[in-house]
Amino acid sequence: MRASAELYRKEPEYMSINRKELTEIAALAKLKIADDAMDEIANSMNDIKAMIDQMDEVTAKGVEPMSHPMDMRQVLRQDKVTETGHQAELLALSAQADETHYLVPKVIE
Amino acid sequence: MNQQNKSVLKAGWEMVLGLEIHVRLDTESKLFSGAKASYGAEANAQVSFLDAALPGTLPVFNEKALAYAIRFGLSVDAAIAPVTAFARKNYFYPDLPKGYQISQMDKPIVGKGQIEIETEAGKKTVEITRAHLEEDAGKSIHDKYDQFTAIDLNRAGTPLIEVVSEPQMSSAKEAVAYMKAIYTRVTHLGICDGNLQEGSFRCDANVSVRKMGDETLGTRAEIKNLNSFRFIEKAINHEAKRQVKLIESGGQVVQETRLYDADKDQTRSMRSKENANDYRYFPDPDLLPIVVTQEMIEAQRALLPEFPEAKMARYTQAWQIKTDDAEIIAFDQALSAYFEQAQGLTQAKADLNAKFLLGEYAALLNAMESKISQSPISAADYAGLLDELAKGSISRKIAKQVVENMWQSGDTAAVIIDSQGLAQISDASALAALVDEVIASNPSQVESYRAGNDKMFNFFVGQIMKQTKGQANPVQTKDLLEEKLK
Amino acid sequence: MIQLSIREMAAMLRAKQISVAELSSLFFDRARAFNQQTNALTKVCCDISADQLIQAETMLAQEGHVLAGIPLAHKDLFCTQGLRTTCGSNMLKAFIPPYDATVVSNLKSQGMITVAKANMDEFAMGSSNEHSAFGAVNNPWDLTRVPGGSSGGSAAAVAARMVPVATATDTGGSIRQPAALCGITGIKPSYGRVSRHGMVAFASSLDQGGVMAASADDCALVLSAMCGHDALDSTSHVDAQWSWQLPESNSMKGKKVGVVTDWIDGLKDEAIKQSTLEAIQTLKDQGAEVIDIQLPHAHLAVAAYYVIAPAECSSNLSRFDGVRYGHRSEDCRDLEQLYVNSRTEGFGEEVKRRIMVGTWALSSGYYDAYYLKAQKVRRLISQDFAAAFKQVDVIAAPVSPEVAFKHGEKSEGVSMYQADVFTIPASLAGLPCLSMPVKPAHGLPVGLQLMGNYFDEQSILSMAHQFQQVTAWHQAMPEAFL
Repeated sequence: MRASAELYRKEPEYMSINRKELTEIAALAKLKIADDAMDEIANSMNDIKAMIDQMDEVTAKGVEPMSHPMDMRQVLRQDKVTETGHQAELLALSAQADETHYLVPKVIE
Repeated sequence: MNQQNKSVLKAGWEMVLGLEIHVRLDTESKLFSGAKASYGAEANAQVSFLDAALPGTLPVFNEKALAYAIRFGLSVDAAIAPVTAFARKNYFYPDLPKGYQISQMDKPIVGKGQIEIETEAGKKTVEITRAHLEEDAGKSIHDKYDQFTAIDLNRAGTPLIEVVSEPQMSSAKEAVAYMKAIYTRVTHLGICDGNLQEGSFRCDANVSVRKMGDETLGTRAEIKNLNSFRFIEKAINHEAKRQVKLIESGGQVVQETRLYDADKDQTRSMRSKENANDYRYFPDPDLLPIVVTQEMIEAQRALLPEFPEAKMARYTQAWQIKTDDAEIIAFDQALSAYFEQAQGLTQAKADLNAKFLLGEYAALLNAMESKISQSPISAADYAGLLDELAKGSISRKIAKQVVENMWQSGDTAAVIIDSQGLAQISDASALAALVDEVIASNPSQVESYRAGNDKMFNFFVGQIMKQTKGQANPVQTKDLLEEKLK
Repeated sequence: MIQLSIREMAAMLRAKQISVAELSSLFFDRARAFNQQTNALTKVCCDISADQLIQAETMLAQEGHVLAGIPLAHKDLFCTQGLRTTCGSNMLKAFIPPYDATVVSNLKSQGMITVAKANMDEFAMGSSNEHSAFGAVNNPWDLTRVPGGSSGGSAAAVAARMVPVATATDTGGSIRQPAALCGITGIKPSYGRVSRHGMVAFASSLDQGGVMAASADDCALVLSAMCGHDALDSTSHVDAQWSWQLPESNSMKGKKVGVVTDWIDGLKDEAIKQSTLEAIQTLKDQGAEVIDIQLPHAHLAVAAYYVIAPAECSSNLSRFDGVRYGHRSEDCRDLEQLYVNSRTEGFGEEVKRRIMVGTWALSSGYYDAYYLKAQKVRRLISQDFAAAFKQVDVIAAPVSPEVAFKHGEKSEGVSMYQADVFTIPASLAGLPCLSMPVKPAHGLPVGLQLMGNYFDEQSILSMAHQFQQVTAWHQAMPEAFL
């Protein structure tokens, strides 16, 4: 099984994660990758990608994706108010707030 | 292509419109937390630890929201998913505390459905692609400070259904008709309070234009957060015209999110929302798939009300009510409930009920600056008044007085009529004696009438009404006079 | 005293041979003294309230509260009301939760005394406990070596008996691997057994709270108290309540133990292989029948895991945006800077790496090839286990292919991830599994993993307990901390 999979393995260069893609991913994740760390992260992600690509070994066609280890139906909650406000407690945790609102730098819509 | 469209766009162009309507479900608590979901509290006073996305907090699904979504689906003849699931829509925004919105992706609760709308060209069916459950975001307040945007999370986590239509509308008027049809549904279903100002019902419009006859759709722009029927029409027309102008001048429409500025009557691109964002939807691992049982569906089906269109048909056909009257009553949920409740308790004909309700009673409500739902007169007491009218013990004129009196005093019609001696004289022998007396004391008028002066008949009626202070039963009086004057 | 089991301590408390205050200060003093060397704790609580001690004393007077007065440490990702909860991250270095995790309140209500919060790999991401903003944790058996991770602080604290028991969490091996490397017993229960409410999420569909202690019996007693259905966690099983039954004898007669021969044959470290085989022989000697089994897709578990876990983590950690709590950068002139700078400064390198991987795996164009595929592989692995448990009661396997390694010896990334090869399969399937100490190798602890069928914690704990009745590996302690 493993041997035959090698034949279908994608060429690592073909799909490898490059700087441009890395920058886009970082933008989505709201992270900054320092310029000198770019190559290290890209290499590391390509290593991980190569490992992940081992899954190509099975087609898993027709297999139901398993998003959860439990075979249980969801328990629902009654429509009742069970929590009262925590305004002061919550705002106290914030780095910047007034008496009633969280504050962030001005957003222009 | 209808007339309306022609007058909005230049000849040869048509618009294609699809709507995404956000309906806030009228639940006590939020979609995934036990915090109060009502509108209007002080900022951040109705925020649970979950709503603020504190580390470690987990969502627990509100069964009422599921029930309401199912009820909506049934009302638009849609298939209800046997298994439905939540997904995360990932993006950063300060009023989105978790950094993702819990929504639905490939397993929405409500599948394909349809709704009929009235257009200038007649009835048209608009298909509903899907409707899914999702949580609302909080509110960003940009005008409180110069330097800051203030965040209020009270609204974060309140339950919504997003109703997505097929791009099947071809004029702003049709879009409004569709929006109104959905509005009527959700308010009559009792799942939405319908408050437009508070954002309980708002709409994003996907607008594109194309040359007449083109099969493919043009690139669309999405106009966000329209919460008035009037603005949506203006916004769509404005945007469609902008797109035509842009294309004709050699430009290209970009797929983007735009905001409508009602003051300036223009749309502009939203800078803050990253356009064509990659939302990285995936199944929410904090929530398990929800199995919707047939019992749950049937329980909601049993709660489906009769919709105004059907109600109106019943009023006009079974009850012989005038179409105009039937329409007014049928489309007003409180009024039709009151009307039907009274009708079930009275001997009076429905037509009389409708006429009095929309006539004298409506005038009274108007004068009191009140609504039927706030009327101190119970439907049962109103039915009592209708009975008095029907059996002829009072006239419409007197009934107007009686209903005013009922409003003030809280007494029943019978008590008021009795205590104030307002009853019409319907006692045949008493009326007959009166008629005899009037004939006897007016010989010359009798002579004149019998000689062929028909107008003289009203003289006798007037005399009797005068002597009875208007309480003589007019029908009986007329019959008696005709008989005795022969 | 410090080497007594929970039952023995409880008996002494009940007999008034020692008071609750004395017992907690005994461990409290050890915690404080040994934290210099181990760095196992992010906080030692100097202010155990009199109320808590009195409550425990009161409960001791009643029957059925075997845990009353027993001190413990919570892994620092369980929210503790009024007590700083850092997740080993600069992001939360000043975060004081306004509520208790369900696990914390369940154990409080049994009269257990919280004496410390345990260090950990940042946001539970790591296998060496070198990725903590509060410094690496040192293995009490050899301070130059790692304790394993991510629950390395909990494991080291128990190994040095700074506390007799600690809570921990396991996503892909974070309880079992450090338990093995520190020579203690640790159980990851079935997914859904223990509430995740108040447990800061790493990968929601994999995270599960559990316990570390010297023995299986100690673990089982605490697990009985911390499990149960929780209405605040939708993934908490409705039948999660469970109560530990001590096995009546040490005989394993009638029990079938599955062994994946390839796994053991593939061990490169001969000493670990020998320890593993000897332990399995002991199970045989106690009457268990050992059967060869196959888990044909298990070798793909690491690949699937390193898609699923980072994907979920990338989304779970989006809430750390500097707006409502946690680190906010000084340098944020606009919203974008607030987000990017707060997150870049607040998160450590390994966390950022995994957020990047997860964001990439979920991004358009890759979702089907990676995330969806990983979920299908997860199903295949789960089906492998289901088939195996038709044949056997328990599966015995190695925990880690190596003993505790030296600090800085391994570079981050893939080489580290491959060490999770034996622990990840059961995590993906949501099965209960534990690690118990067996014969050391190279003078360092080695663990044997026992995996059970879904919700069958009883079988693996019974077997571990029976094993510990005839062996003494779990009683061994590093000399420096005696």
